[in-house]
Amino acid sequence: MSSTNKTEIIASDKAPSIVIIREFDAPRERVFRAWTDPELYAQWVGPRSVSTKITKWSVRTGGEWAFTNIRDGEEIASFFGSFHEVRAPERVVWTFTWEGEPDGVSLETMTFEELDGGRTRITTLSVAESFEIRDQILASGMEVGVIEGYEKLDEILARSA
Amino acid sequence: MSRDQLSRVFAALADPTRRDLVARLSLGDATVGDLAAPYQVTVQAVSKHLKVLEEAGLVTRGRDAQRRPVHLEAEVLGVMTAWIERYRAQAEERFRRLDELLERMAADEEELDEEETS
Repeated sequence: MSSTNKTEIIASDKAPSIVIIREFDAPRERVFRAWTDPELYAQWVGPRSVSTKITKWSVRTGGEWAFTNIRDGEEIASFFGSFHEVRAPERVVWTFTWEGEPDGVSLETMTFEELDGGRTRITTLSVAESFEIRDQILASGMEVGVIEGYEKLDEILARSA
Repeated sequence: MSRDQLSRVFAALADPTRRDLVARLSLGDATVGDLAAPYQVTVQAVSKHLKVLEEAGLVTRGRDAQRRPVHLEAEVLGVMTAWIERYRAQAEERFRRLDELLERMAADEEELDEEETS
């Protein structure tokens, strides 16, 4: 049952990284295809309110990729990078840049692990350039922006000091 | 300052023993001795973990010189947990879409097999 598969997040203190772990009720080849076929990838990546338009996708070691997120017909964010390594059906390593911060780049390693019963575990390791940037990435989905979040945290910390 | 502080909170919570200490403190204040009891570690080792939590602003120590009970600053934890939980929920939303896609792919494959065998 897919509802029993829980997403786990680990923010390490050893490196400015985020690890996301999730299991899927599908064999590894199929999961790998859903991740590397551009038509399939565009169908699931990103939140439900957003559609994804893939503009570059050379899925091979040394190839490049790029896609744009669209909400209500409007482009809201674009991302690009290179496939550092594509090793079917077990590993994809790519660089990841948000065009809004073009000098920033993180390195992402996706590992596809075969489990018993035709299931698959995907582990995504993202390494940012600094702890500060990693924390901004973690906080990026908040409805209150990161600045308000920090202000709120400052307030609380000042009170508890 | 605040961003360093934030990193310290994330770092403090990255350790499983410290996460466990936080979980137990969420039930109520406790002394270092109380906290050390269930572990195969010394009071000194637990004190070290508590120091990391204290520097991150996650716990404070009572003024009672004898007991110095440890108190969880639940509000600080709440802000951090909310950030990580939100990030996790977004990943989960993506992966539910992937679950659905994988089911559709399985159905397509079955259909294809049937066509081939008939």
